[in-house]
Amino acid sequence: MALEPEDVRRAAHLARLGLDDREAARYVDDLSRILEMVDRLQAVDTEGVAPLAHPLDATQRLRADEVTESDQRERFQRCAPAVENGLYLVPRVVE
Amino acid sequence: MHDKTLTELAAALAAGEFSSRELTESLLARIDRLDGELNSFITVTADAALEAADRADRARAAGKAGPLTGLPLALKDIFCTQGVRTSCGSRMLDNFVSPYDATVVEKLAAAGTVSLGKTNMDEFAMGSSNENSHYGPVKNPWDLAAVPGGSSGGSAAAVAAGLVPAALGTDTGGSIRQPAAFCGITGLKPTYGRVSRYGMVAYASSLDQGGPMARTAEDCALLLGAIAGHDLRDSTSVARGVPDYREELEASLSGLKIGLPREYFGDGLAPEVEAAVREAIAVYESLGASVREVSLPHTELAIPAYYVIAPAEASSNLSRYDGVRFGHRCENPTDLVDLYKRSRAEGFGEEVKRRILIGTHTLSEGFFDAYYKKAQQVRRLIRQDFLDAFEDVDVLMGPASPTPAFDLGAKKDPVSMYLQDIYTIAINLAGIPGLSVPAGFVDGRPVGLQILGPHFAESRLLNVAHRFQQATDWHRRQPAFGKENA
Amino acid sequence: MQWEAVIGLEVHVQLATQSKIFSGASTAFGAEPNTQACAVDLGLPGVLPVLNEGAVAMAVRFGLGINAEIPETSVFDRKNYFYPDLPKGYQTSQMYQPIVGPGEVEITLDDGSTKRIRVHHAHLEEDAGKSLHEDFHGMTGIDLNRAGTPLLEIVSEPDLRSAREAAAYLKAIHAIVTYLGISDGNMAEGSMRCDVNVSVRPKGQETLGTRAEIKNVNSFRFVEKAIAFEIERQVELIEDGGTVVQETRLYDPEADETRSMRTKEEANDYRYFPCPDLLPVVLDQAYVDHLRETLPELPADKRARFQDELGLSAYDASVLASSRAMAEYFETVRDVCGDAKLAANWVQVELAGRLNKEGLDIADSPVTAEQLGGLVARVKDETINGKAAKQVFAALWDGEGDSADAIIEARGLKQVTDTGAIEAMIDQVIADSPVQVAQYREAAPEKRGKMIGYFVGQVMKASRGTANPQQVNALLKDKLDNA
Repeated sequence: MALEPEDVRRAAHLARLGLDDREAARYVDDLSRILEMVDRLQAVDTEGVAPLAHPLDATQRLRADEVTESDQRERFQRCAPAVENGLYLVPRVVE
Repeated sequence: MHDKTLTELAAALAAGEFSSRELTESLLARIDRLDGELNSFITVTADAALEAADRADRARAAGKAGPLTGLPLALKDIFCTQGVRTSCGSRMLDNFVSPYDATVVEKLAAAGTVSLGKTNMDEFAMGSSNENSHYGPVKNPWDLAAVPGGSSGGSAAAVAAGLVPAALGTDTGGSIRQPAAFCGITGLKPTYGRVSRYGMVAYASSLDQGGPMARTAEDCALLLGAIAGHDLRDSTSVARGVPDYREELEASLSGLKIGLPREYFGDGLAPEVEAAVREAIAVYESLGASVREVSLPHTELAIPAYYVIAPAEASSNLSRYDGVRFGHRCENPTDLVDLYKRSRAEGFGEEVKRRILIGTHTLSEGFFDAYYKKAQQVRRLIRQDFLDAFEDVDVLMGPASPTPAFDLGAKKDPVSMYLQDIYTIAINLAGIPGLSVPAGFVDGRPVGLQILGPHFAESRLLNVAHRFQQATDWHRRQPAFGKENA
Repeated sequence: MQWEAVIGLEVHVQLATQSKIFSGASTAFGAEPNTQACAVDLGLPGVLPVLNEGAVAMAVRFGLGINAEIPETSVFDRKNYFYPDLPKGYQTSQMYQPIVGPGEVEITLDDGSTKRIRVHHAHLEEDAGKSLHEDFHGMTGIDLNRAGTPLLEIVSEPDLRSAREAAAYLKAIHAIVTYLGISDGNMAEGSMRCDVNVSVRPKGQETLGTRAEIKNVNSFRFVEKAIAFEIERQVELIEDGGTVVQETRLYDPEADETRSMRTKEEANDYRYFPCPDLLPVVLDQAYVDHLRETLPELPADKRARFQDELGLSAYDASVLASSRAMAEYFETVRDVCGDAKLAANWVQVELAGRLNKEGLDIADSPVTAEQLGGLVARVKDETINGKAAKQVFAALWDGEGDSADAIIEARGLKQVTDTGAIEAMIDQVIADSPVQVAQYREAAPEKRGKMIGYFVGQVMKASRGTANPQQVNALLKDKLDNA
């Protein structure tokens, strides 16, 4: 499947990655070659093969519904770039 | 002291030949002297190490020493360490001082080990040469012009250079085994789910696994015993007892059935590497093992499948780095989208961006079935190859990498770099354990023999590696770099 | 042209677990910002989710409550998008294999008839945090306490045909989740939120019209009003030659209208894929059976029992079964007084009227079910008459006594049924009202019925309301007519 510059721009926007034109052009090139390599998958007959999401056939363990965490806001916010009154600050979100 | 194995150091500490503080001071001095050139550490935690060493010495004096008490080691900078920067090799987390400890970090601390610091790595564990680190490339102690491999390149180089007797690495597509091979040490990627991933910064969650890197299989056994086990905080960790991995080390290899995957000895394998590997296999035959050829027919699909699955998971796992709660945030964002786009553009390096873009693209509408679903189907076929092979043989053997360590800067094209991992990647897709042991040299650069086993066969793999190390001395060789008078 | 509306609802129910769906942080409402956001909720590097059994059990109980299929395996997926209140950059949800399969909910229409609404599926997911837009130097503040709170999203088939039906469906869901105790159902605190899909088509047409989605409607009343507005808007639009655009709209309760949300840059692409940090959830039959056995009686069953066993009308049964609190209250009143019809009447008329007037929920009623039951018992055994009963109820409401009996005793409201005592009072009234007696006796017999009211009133007044009105009437008639 060929990759267009628009595909890279779209992916960059979905992933919220700022790219300048030069970078975008390089990634079109890189990604095209990677996808070309990946496209070898298309030749395989996988009819009837169930997708494998986890290497072990294990199932989810459930934890008891108990509160085990206490307030550690001060500690967690020490590594935060911008906080005020216990809130994380971001540029105004327009609803 | 720096040339001793973990096991030897444990015996020396127990015998009172030296204290943990003396050992720690000696290694810190060595790091101080040598790591400027090697660049294997991102952060050295000297003060905390000395405190931990003193605690260990006091515990020993009080008769409360365990098998790992006072032993120094290093942690790949992907493991969260409370109060210590956990950068993951990225500018994004350059300022991230973790508020909590990873489960394995807690376990190692509880066992009385002494962490000397955090080792260099490819950014977010994405790379095979350690050239993708925000903190600069690591050099291979065997040849400073060569890469140490990646992504656990710092851990491998530090152990090889005798800066630390053992280190933790992580392996998503070969990131423990390939650098272990390139640096002439022993590295084990355990079965997926054997070691908790809690607190290990995620790259590709269904493939990531932490494991030990040391000089010998015996040391890996000691360390694996300390970090393995079920963790209630990791849903994918396996509730299964942890054996004493040292118990079976000495078991006889007589009757061992070794399979050589035909696909691991084909085009692209450097003849000198093949020769070293075949020589190692001959050693096994002399130890009573039988060898036969097997086939893993979907081998060539492993890299394509991996470069769909791993980037897809990574693109999602790395969305949390948005400049809001931790990590890099750009200056003066004009609005929310600007905050996201610039923080992430500035915080992530080129390879990370490349993989985020691939993963985002292959998961997006209209492509999901052709890429992601297809790759997961192929993943099942790849796992089945191994399950079938282990019906007939006990272990599989082959090269860990098609070539020895290549030169720094030699591989500029991402795809040719990806193809380096041809022999290691399928193992992560299948979730089986794999290990690399030193098996010779090509032009002064180490060659690694890769040994693979069925799920949860770590004891067997360590036994097979250990017996080899009793019969050979490749793992005893030391690089000229760092020798006192070199 | 005759138009038909086609409506489907996605109801998000906050589950009443103690801890979050994937972490051990508390879900309690109203804490200081970010004090209930633990490492997992914040999406710190390296953290991992572990699924809460309480959330799973509640989801399954809901499924059993609507007779849904409970698949053996369900799977969590990641829905990827960036938003500041979404810490990980993805919401963990269930896209392809939800925990609850197809089921159905019975709703009661205005005429007392019922209709079955199919539920497509219900799935578990985590809630996001909150953005606070008060002024932080032009910045928005993010509180992640709510992030990771378990939600059950219940997705209906487009089986609803009017705003009233949609409101009835939402009420039915509310009743089921509160009966099951899996949610507090508190809409003001956001425990139940709903997205509405509305389209219109000419009556009789098979194919569906283009739908608009109204996001985040948070009360029964607003759901009804928003849909009513939206149906009218779409019909007018089409009749004026326009076409409905598929879009997301917001309901503004103040203006009572829906408005298009300015299209956000581009269509979203959520890139769903199975969450690699969570394994497939496999429920064994014994677990599901155990949950089935411990299911309480649900609204539809209760409604049927109220009609069949207690002999209530369809309307009464449906009102009294509409919420768990109402049903429990009614059943307690009935148990205490021993008369279902009398109990139903008192709960629906006297109590509901007063609650409504004061804007109170039945859970906050100052008169307890036991107290009201005690009062109704005294009505039933004729210890007091209706008039006195109202006085007793008012006194209970105002907290002027612990029980009906105490108030009756203290105020001497016991009904006087002693014929002698009543006759004495009647004689006195007759003696005091010679003019009225003369008029009465001169009047034609058919006019006397009305005129007797004066005497009854006087006797009741003399008895301070305690005389049995029927007895007074009969005795008066006898004395006035036959003297």
